[in-house]
Amino acid sequence: MLDAGMLGEEKKMKFRLAASALAIATLIAACGGASTPSPSSSANPCFPVKGQCPEEAQQLTASGATFPAVIYTKWVDEYYKATGVQVNYQAIGSGGGIKAITEKTVDFAGSDAPMTDAQLAAASSSILHIPTVMGAVVPTFNVPGVTKLNLTPETLAGIYLGAIKTWNDPKLAADNPGVSFPSTNITPVFRSDSSGTTFAFTDYLAKVSPEFKSKVGAGTAVTFPTGLGGKGNDGVAGAVKSTPNSIGYVELIYALQQKLGTASLKNASGKFVDPTLDAVSKAAVGVTYPDDLRVSITNSPNAEAWPISTFTFLLTYKDISDHAKALAMARYFWWGTHDGQNFAKDLGYAPLPADVLTKAEAKIHAITSGGTPVLPAK
Amino acid sequence: MRSGRGDRLFAGGVTGLALIVPLTLAGITLLMVEAAWPSITTYGLGFLTSSTWDPVKEIFGAAAYLYGTLVTTAVAVVIAAPVAVGAAIFLVEYAPQRVAGTLSFLIEVLAYIPSIVYGLWGLFVLVPLFRENVEPFLQSTLGVLPLIGGLFSGPIGGRDLLVGGVILAIMILPLLVAVSREVIAAVPTAQREGMLGIGATKWEMVRGAVLPYARIGIVGAIVLGVARAFGETMAVTLVVGNSSTAITSSLFVPGYTMASAIANQFVEASGQLYFSAIVEIAVLLLLVALIVNTLARLLIRRVAGTPQGFAI
Amino acid sequence: MSAAAIASPSWRVRRRRRVADTVMAVLLTAATAISVGLLLLILGYLIVNGLPALNLAFFTERPKPFGVEGGGVGPAIVGTLIVSAVAGVIAIPIGIAAAIFVTELRPGRWAAIVRFAAELIAGLPSIAVGVFVWSFLVRGLLGKYSAIAGAVALAVIMIPIVARTTEEVLRLVPGSLREAALALGAPRWRVVMRVVLPTARAGVATAAVLALARAAGETAPLLLTALGNLFFSTDLLRPIAALPLQIYQYAASPYDDWHAKAWGASLILVAVIALASFALRAFAPRVPR
Repeated sequence: MLDAGMLGEEKKMKFRLAASALAIATLIAACGGASTPSPSSSANPCFPVKGQCPEEAQQLTASGATFPAVIYTKWVDEYYKATGVQVNYQAIGSGGGIKAITEKTVDFAGSDAPMTDAQLAAASSSILHIPTVMGAVVPTFNVPGVTKLNLTPETLAGIYLGAIKTWNDPKLAADNPGVSFPSTNITPVFRSDSSGTTFAFTDYLAKVSPEFKSKVGAGTAVTFPTGLGGKGNDGVAGAVKSTPNSIGYVELIYALQQKLGTASLKNASGKFVDPTLDAVSKAAVGVTYPDDLRVSITNSPNAEAWPISTFTFLLTYKDISDHAKALAMARYFWWGTHDGQNFAKDLGYAPLPADVLTKAEAKIHAITSGGTPVLPAK
Repeated sequence: MRSGRGDRLFAGGVTGLALIVPLTLAGITLLMVEAAWPSITTYGLGFLTSSTWDPVKEIFGAAAYLYGTLVTTAVAVVIAAPVAVGAAIFLVEYAPQRVAGTLSFLIEVLAYIPSIVYGLWGLFVLVPLFRENVEPFLQSTLGVLPLIGGLFSGPIGGRDLLVGGVILAIMILPLLVAVSREVIAAVPTAQREGMLGIGATKWEMVRGAVLPYARIGIVGAIVLGVARAFGETMAVTLVVGNSSTAITSSLFVPGYTMASAIANQFVEASGQLYFSAIVEIAVLLLLVALIVNTLARLLIRRVAGTPQGFAI
Repeated sequence: MSAAAIASPSWRVRRRRRVADTVMAVLLTAATAISVGLLLLILGYLIVNGLPALNLAFFTERPKPFGVEGGGVGPAIVGTLIVSAVAGVIAIPIGIAAAIFVTELRPGRWAAIVRFAAELIAGLPSIAVGVFVWSFLVRGLLGKYSAIAGAVALAVIMIPIVARTTEEVLRLVPGSLREAALALGAPRWRVVMRVVLPTARAGVATAAVLALARAAGETAPLLLTALGNLFFSTDLLRPIAALPLQIYQYAASPYDDWHAKAWGASLILVAVIALASFALRAFAPRVPR
């Protein structure tokens, strides 16, 4: 039981312990940080984006908005097939994306809400907003027996302020002749997380309802006076779907996928508009864009425009020290704003208008690594 | 001598690894208090009493979260404690040994179910059940009574503090049963025999000899259950509603608990004060966990020695 | 109900006492039935709702885009295995060392400190552990979401479980065994490694398996550290998928297909955990659980 041969056993066990400790330490130390920037070759295999590119990073991490998650998850699936690059996009909400990119815990982020001046100042260097698609924030409802619903800015604000409490309120009846509403309570559903969708929704309501502006205000994380919270667009859609007599606000595709009712809204020109992709595109007509593209297009004055339309953005640092990553990101953004647009309509998003696309291209060309643009000038 | 050096190496290695444990605890406490410090100094005690939680204006008061945690935990204990203690008494005093062993094992398996699975089950089974049947029933019966009627008032959405409390009750049940069992089993036979000797019925024996002796330990078990309920995150977050409305008396109101607030808001708390406020909630949870766990173990140790059987 | 009542010969009192006894027996049985019944109910739902979702694609494919049916949770299964395994590699040696420290080395006050610290860590809410590891690794040392951060968070949760169970098991080893070995001239470290630990082998394995089972089911710490991954990944320095994370995302979503997958993933998790504890019971019945 206790002889010299035993020595090997204990030593082995101790070695195993030490080895595992060392292995962990080495793993942590061997961060995949430094990469050799290749000479900025014309990168013809790499641009335009046609297939694999040997110099780019093979994996990217991203997080952010759930609003475009339906199309972004489609994009990363297709992009993987096209180029072999794994873009791991985790939909955690615009607020989560903004925080992640600010703290550089991800490579890029998605947000429907443009970053505020304060948020931009908190970042270590300049961040670009790259618009990818447009979408409609739609009031979606689950009311037994009701298939069509007309809402005005006043009634929508009233519901979310808790002023209109039941479905058979006369204010709702006034805009919906012939519809028989139940006498049940309205359960408004909102986002429990910090959300660009909330930003677009409240931005609109604050523009059309002074009472909403003063009581709740516009932002990604406002405090609604009443209702149920859902996490992400998918969480809100899920809550509306499973809660009778509820109403929520989601990107169009989420309501369509769940076969939930979508309300028509009275827009700024006085017309009741259905949430269609055409109506969304009309909201971008005649808009003056600031240089950094941080724009809000809610409550558009255009005749047929959907009043709660919004762009959604990908956020990236302008200068990224890791060349392979910068190249991979620029290529992905380029693919998304070009090839990716083909998937938009089927998935309930409106493609970028031509003038915005030009500006997006300029932003993508502006991405540099160590000062040098990663994509060749067109 | 070789063995002297071997012993020293061994002792050194083991000690080094073992000391990682208190070091980690210290690290956790220090790091989190440091991250929460801006919030602690800005809001002071008002953090606990104010229910205004406004990331936009940077005003943070966690009273609503504290309230949600307290209410769901209270509901959980009120429901789980009688059932758990009852089952524990049955298992120790009434059930034949082999049956008791199997049944105990089955109840313990409940503890191995991950909390997210409870959340899933709660969301898809309990929420519709409560929304369609239980809560309307409660509202129409108990809701009309004068004092406690307020608990069951208001619109019924299904995801609310009540369901949060119920799912917590199910989750702390196995823990309460296990510890209560140990505590009750630890009551000396002499006590029981004394009662039976004067002709008491089984229940009278339990009530007169066993329970008074085990009472402190059972309180300890309940305190452990409270500690567990306080920190429970995933199951509650799926069913509790996640709405930061003001504090009302109704159980049918969607609410937050401290843990679910952290889970929901941590990844997006940008801005130093917002982030700091979230971490402060975590620090509060930490504090409660430390205090309550220590208290519970002291109580249980008095009756049953070192608690076993809940390496859970 | 006083001694006087018990001694009372009045048949009325006796009947009241008997009725009370029966009523309580019924209530207590009911309480047990409810407790056991809850388990059977939950397991029943898991099986009925989870089984239909389990097909080959479920285990081998990665998730499809939002709203598209099909695909699977392959990355999450692989991710859970990897993260749990790495967490085990970190936590099991530390937990065993802590137990050895407390039972075999016993330098007085320090043993109490280590044991107390382990108990306190065991009582921490797992979300708080996630907050700590996020600050320490995700934002701090490593600078990104990663599998290793998730593993460290799980390891913190596992260590007290391993330590506590191993300690109890070590205490069960008869002192006479140790004394005999020491009397034969073996150095202390050999006594522990060659005599005590092997004797307690089954129990230590129990401790490890219990801790792994607990870690595999944790969600909150991974939310803040591992982030999740749409793709298969074995890279420790990248985000990784995990079954509990997948269940959380799928449960809160509106997609029926995802709901079914959430049940399926839950069934797998619970099945693995139940199998582990059944196996433990069969092979190491004498061990305090």
